[in-house]
Amino acid sequence: MKRNWYDYLWAAELLYWALGLCNILFAWLGMFFFFIPLLMAVIGGNKVYCNRYCGRGQLLGLLGRRLSRNVPPPRFLRSYWFRGGFLAFFMVMFGLMLRSTWMVFSGAPLRQTVTLLWTFKLPWQWAEVGMVSPWIAQFAFGFFGVMMTSTVLGLFTMVLFRPRSWCVYCPMGTMTQGICRLRQKKEDVACGGKSKEDCRAAQNTGQ
Amino acid sequence: MATSTRLARVGRECVACGSCLRVCPKGAIRIVSGVTAQIDGNICIGCGKCTRICPADVITIVQRGAVE
Repeated sequence: MKRNWYDYLWAAELLYWALGLCNILFAWLGMFFFFIPLLMAVIGGNKVYCNRYCGRGQLLGLLGRRLSRNVPPPRFLRSYWFRGGFLAFFMVMFGLMLRSTWMVFSGAPLRQTVTLLWTFKLPWQWAEVGMVSPWIAQFAFGFFGVMMTSTVLGLFTMVLFRPRSWCVYCPMGTMTQGICRLRQKKEDVACGGKSKEDCRAAQNTGQ
Repeated sequence: MATSTRLARVGRECVACGSCLRVCPKGAIRIVSGVTAQIDGNICIGCGKCTRICPADVITIVQRGAVE
């Protein structure tokens, strides 16, 4: 099968980790992994990011070829409630991370730790962050923790179940699919009973 | 037109991750509007590669007559 440039985006995921471990401030680059899929879903109404460009998904797929037990995951993992609940939980944790960034911005001392799995505080005192404002560094520590936590969970379920089991409950995937569903519902309402092609044609001709 | 007696069918809980797109030897799968995978029954040969890769385990192989 012919390979395209985007089939190698797993390397970008590895590069992200290498850069982040060298300097925590590179954690900010992870914002691309957040905003690109959201923009694609909002503007394009698709999950092309998950389907084609997700470096983490590709990496899990590659590692899973050798490391995964490759057994079906439990049914609850794909249930609406689990996926929605995990997204909500993740967003709360993300909000708490933003709150601690705000507190540092307001004068609280910088905490040089990376929190793994929302529990374990890994000391990160060796990071050189003196060249930026403390809140910028605090966000980097928090965000790197978020990225590390999701990667550890992804690796864990990759080994236990199928290579890309993380994709089933990935908060970004749940969110972008939700956006696409909403867009589709809106289109369905706007189009009535017409097919998508007929509807677009009608919209283009102003009918 | 596929001559196989079997074909793949996608369940309602598809997460539209696209894992199946990569393994389908016939390119019979597409993701519709970012919501679900859809299999073209005319192209699908029912090989089952997509069922084995699907992380949500929502793709099954059925007899053609059962869905047509």
